[in-house]
Amino acid sequence: MAGFRKLWNRLPVVHQFKQSIGLQRGMLVTGLLITGFFLLIAALAPVISPYRFNQLRDSHGLFGAQTPPGPAHLLGTTSGGYDVLSRVIWGTQTAFMVIIVAIALSFFLGVLLGLLSGYLGGWLDRVLVVIADAVYAFPSLLLAIVAAIVISGGQSSLWGGVLAAAISITAVFIPQYFRVIRAETVRIKSEAFVESAKVIGASTPRIMFRHVLRNSTRTLPLILTLNSSEAILTLAGLGFLGFGIEPTSAAEWGYDLNKAVSDVTSGIWWTSVFPGLAIVLVVLGVTLVGESLNDLADPRLRTRRRAAAQTPADAAAISEPFSEGAEQVL
Amino acid sequence: MTTVAPSPAAPGGAAPAASKPRGRGGSTLWRYLVIRFLLIFPTVFILVTMVFVLMRITGDPITIALGGKLPPDQLAERIHHAGFDRPILVQYFEYLGNIFTGNFGTSITDGQPITQILLTHGGATLELAFYALIVAFIVGIPLGQVAAYYRDRWPDAVLRIFAILAYATPVFFAGLLLKLVFAVWLDVLPVAGRASTRTEIQFSTMPHRTGIYLIDAISTGDPEVIGDVLSHAVLPGLALGLLTAGIFLRLVRTNVIGTLSRDYVDAARSRGVREIRLVRKHALKPALIPIITVIGLQIAVLLGGAVLTETTFEWKGLGFELAYYLSKRDFVAVQGIVALLAVIVALTNFIVDIIAALIDPRVRY
Repeated sequence: MAGFRKLWNRLPVVHQFKQSIGLQRGMLVTGLLITGFFLLIAALAPVISPYRFNQLRDSHGLFGAQTPPGPAHLLGTTSGGYDVLSRVIWGTQTAFMVIIVAIALSFFLGVLLGLLSGYLGGWLDRVLVVIADAVYAFPSLLLAIVAAIVISGGQSSLWGGVLAAAISITAVFIPQYFRVIRAETVRIKSEAFVESAKVIGASTPRIMFRHVLRNSTRTLPLILTLNSSEAILTLAGLGFLGFGIEPTSAAEWGYDLNKAVSDVTSGIWWTSVFPGLAIVLVVLGVTLVGESLNDLADPRLRTRRRAAAQTPADAAAISEPFSEGAEQVL
Repeated sequence: MTTVAPSPAAPGGAAPAASKPRGRGGSTLWRYLVIRFLLIFPTVFILVTMVFVLMRITGDPITIALGGKLPPDQLAERIHHAGFDRPILVQYFEYLGNIFTGNFGTSITDGQPITQILLTHGGATLELAFYALIVAFIVGIPLGQVAAYYRDRWPDAVLRIFAILAYATPVFFAGLLLKLVFAVWLDVLPVAGRASTRTEIQFSTMPHRTGIYLIDAISTGDPEVIGDVLSHAVLPGLALGLLTAGIFLRLVRTNVIGTLSRDYVDAARSRGVREIRLVRKHALKPALIPIITVIGLQIAVLLGGAVLTETTFEWKGLGFELAYYLSKRDFVAVQGIVALLAVIVALTNFIVDIIAALIDPRVRY
């Protein structure tokens, strides 16, 4: 029991929750609640959604285009004649599917490349660093557009579209994981325990994956959450430019917003406001979690319990170079 | 990733140079400038190569753009005419050579040279980015100071939520909301475009146009025209600027908090300098240095955001054109515009890094 307790307290989010107080705990909890709420909606979409995302008619006939919110359609219908509420609900599922696939792909590739590059060094390292830096400087949306063209020629089915969006986003994220893991690997490589492992005669892969990788994952939960929110925004941006998923194969918020641009001019607000709010809320929830984890990981930003403010450890922590603060931006 | 000390461009090269004994201050600066300048070339090379390879994996652009619209023999004729049936390596070297001479290709659908598209529409994007940066500075920096001053109290909480919201709202949704409220419901600002039709006509008869409407409007000297151009700029500038403002706010807050606990600030505090003055003067300046570096990265974000903002507001800049050619599946034009934007980003990053190096002596290789 005690062992379980100990493990539980060391889990990423749980550990930070225990550490947090006041406002920071509030932010963390709010973020977790919003994210949990949308995860629930995504899981229960088939049950709670009044219609299918591609449904145009029911037993009373066609829904009709741009009908204002009312009892039959709580949030109205789109210019294409779909039910807005249903598309918002099903869109949650698409969004989370894309995030999961994108993060999983970029995580594995980025971590692997970063580890190899950082540990092995040499020309491979130099080449990969230059490429990663070049890709990193590239406007991510443009890169995602190019990747989307390559993968799907722009339009596709549900899984084709999800994969296309996910891979496009992956192209943007790999350099980020790469940089973080590479930097950590370079640091850890020179630690004593790696040397000892070498002396004992451990194989290079074993040192890399058992000794270095295990110790270089400190910042990953943070990047994971921040990247999830970026993934949603990139997906929405792709959809908004018409590189989304066809409305008949899945609901996608960015695509719906694209179709709503002309509605806005004639004062039809419900087709854009609801999918837009869904994007904002999901990103908000995930970002709040990420931000809180970030602040808690940084002793200078962590809200201090009052009595602890003057310990020598704190004084040492706050005298670190301030410029590291720039890292928190992206 | 944006640490100030070694420039983001080459983290690998930083360590050995730093351990060497330094010569005169000026020589390390020159060394930095030269290395940083030379680094542009591999970056641009990798970017344009990447765009080329990615765009050509899928096949030749003419089939994608016009396949199904033309009979096969005409299609083959056009592919042959454009040279897309030659070996891919030959095409690649031709592409590189063309880019080197500033030729980014010609669009398939309407036969426009990409460089011409840049000259006609680049000004609009530049103008939009300029407005957005102004909004970001005016909103982001003071609010960041306020948040740092009221650290962990309610104004800080409100401002941080605002910053996260600014980040969480996609620019096109922010644009649609602003449009809905100010252009449709309140009807105080124009819905879309860069100027009213009357102003556009007036501009089209001008002998020396810059394509940057604000400059053109000022050169007419007509206050009504200037007002017209500015009123069209408000909503797109806000939509794109608020995104960056949120980032600036967070950055200023974090860095001011960081500097507020440094010795020299403590020294000033013990001399009796008031807290508000510490935040506004003493802690702000060093906190602004990371912002300069971040602006470099923000250029990439701004350009990406500009594509979406321009589409929302029918702001006829590079992003609007890009979205247009995307919808036409004209991938030669897309490839050209994307490669061009990549070059612009690489160049701006260079300029920003140089400015950062001039301001902050710690930025050296």
